[in-house]
Amino acid sequence: MLLSLFQYQFVQNAVIASIFASIVCGIIGVIIVEKRLIMMSGGIAHTSYGGVGMGYFFGFEPIIGALFISVLAALGIGYIKRRGGTRSDVVIGLFWSLGMALGILFIAMMPGYPPDLTSYLFGSILSVTRGDIYFMAAFTFIVVLVITILFSYWEAYMFDEEFASIIGIKTAFMEYLLFVLIAMSVVVLIRVVGIILILALFTAPTAIAGLLAKNLKLRMVLSIMIGSLFCFAGLWLSYVLNVASGAAIVILSAIGYLFVYITFLIKSKLRNEIN
Amino acid sequence: MIYATNGSGDCKNAVSIKNLTVKYRETPAIAGVSLDVLEGDYLGIIGPNGGGKTTLLKAILGLVTPSCGKISVYGRKPGKSEKLIGYVPQISALDKAFPITVRQVVQTGMLKPNFTLFHQYTQKDKEKADEYLKRVGIYKLKDRMISQLSGGEFQKMLIARALAVEPKLLLLDEPTASVDASSAEQIFSLLSELNQSMTIIMVTHDLLAVSSQVKTLACMNGRLVYHGGTQLNEEIAKALYGYPLDLLKHGGMQGI
Repeated sequence: MLLSLFQYQFVQNAVIASIFASIVCGIIGVIIVEKRLIMMSGGIAHTSYGGVGMGYFFGFEPIIGALFISVLAALGIGYIKRRGGTRSDVVIGLFWSLGMALGILFIAMMPGYPPDLTSYLFGSILSVTRGDIYFMAAFTFIVVLVITILFSYWEAYMFDEEFASIIGIKTAFMEYLLFVLIAMSVVVLIRVVGIILILALFTAPTAIAGLLAKNLKLRMVLSIMIGSLFCFAGLWLSYVLNVASGAAIVILSAIGYLFVYITFLIKSKLRNEIN
Repeated sequence: MIYATNGSGDCKNAVSIKNLTVKYRETPAIAGVSLDVLEGDYLGIIGPNGGGKTTLLKAILGLVTPSCGKISVYGRKPGKSEKLIGYVPQISALDKAFPITVRQVVQTGMLKPNFTLFHQYTQKDKEKADEYLKRVGIYKLKDRMISQLSGGEFQKMLIARALAVEPKLLLLDEPTASVDASSAEQIFSLLSELNQSMTIIMVTHDLLAVSSQVKTLACMNGRLVYHGGTQLNEEIAKALYGYPLDLLKHGGMQGI
């Protein structure tokens, strides 16, 4: 019965989209969790809503608007963080709300019936089109490529940014690059879990992989696999229970993380008692 | 600005600092510091917390921008002196849970400033890393995860990483702060050995080490209170900590 589902184009698309989403989450998620950039990524994601609204208002593909605005937000937040003048969490908070507000404004100013934006906010993986797939494939490819070709440098940057910059590695450039990659990942993820739920997919698989994997590459690969697992299971759950796919994926991720975390906690308690 | 071209003086200096002031916003962290560190020197920097020791180190590394004054490292501007300086940060600044092995950490010291696409560490890099690990005495831990290291082992690994840069100048920020007594001893004897081939600048709280290990001493308390031989006297101690040396000797020296 499950197999017969795969005959449908939209199910195939959903599965492919889940895989792409898991790949970018696995790779970028590991970096942002390690560098403590989760809130910054949340800021970039939410700011992109302004771009979605802009797309509808000016009549171009909303996802292009989301890409444009989130890259802009990434560079802006990166610049302010680097200058260190204003506290960066203040700026992130502002970007976060401002982006959402602009989205609402643009939609409100649109003539005629307002479009339904819930698919951008909460994701709608079952409505992913072939065009979306190509778009996601391109950005997933870019993210994987950029991380792979500079992997040694990313590793050094993540472990000790200060030392890396002292031996002459261009860490400022790498940081901006990372922010742009985060923006691209956001765009890949919007169709799957939506703007509001992105953070769960960035963090849960990564955190679980962090408990299990002993090296950086393995941690990335493992979190890709765990992410896919959550996506597939969520997809199936949303089909069976007829609920929004994004919500199902996120709830599963959170439960999955809690489960693994508690298991580890009990395990280490037991070990301590034996010792 | 002209560096190292004005005759003999600068050539023998590893670091030359003239009238340096660094401010965080409006508050000066250090003011009017002038200090020359000779090639081959082993300088210990001591002083109370907030006395500007780490700031001075960061200024030499080019991590903070001076509001006025000049620094040159082997005749070059700080921040342009990559591959001349091996830096050993405080352990507490790093994430011990990061998934990386001891040897991999040491290898990161060998990265070149320009990006090489698809860079891989070669067999030669590995062998070199092993050599540095032997030198600091933790070769047998080369494949361990860094999360499994003790404080002393972690510190030695960071020294090995700094050596992998093949520096002329070694900068250390409190290398014995979170290290047990016997490891501290090993680290100090390693440093005196290294001092035969490179200049060392070390920030420390360990006053015992200062008197027995280093060649020259600088005392920072917002400004440079003293720079010279390792014999501390009452006056300097008072200027530094606000009370006479006797108290330092009798009360816990290391924790000040």
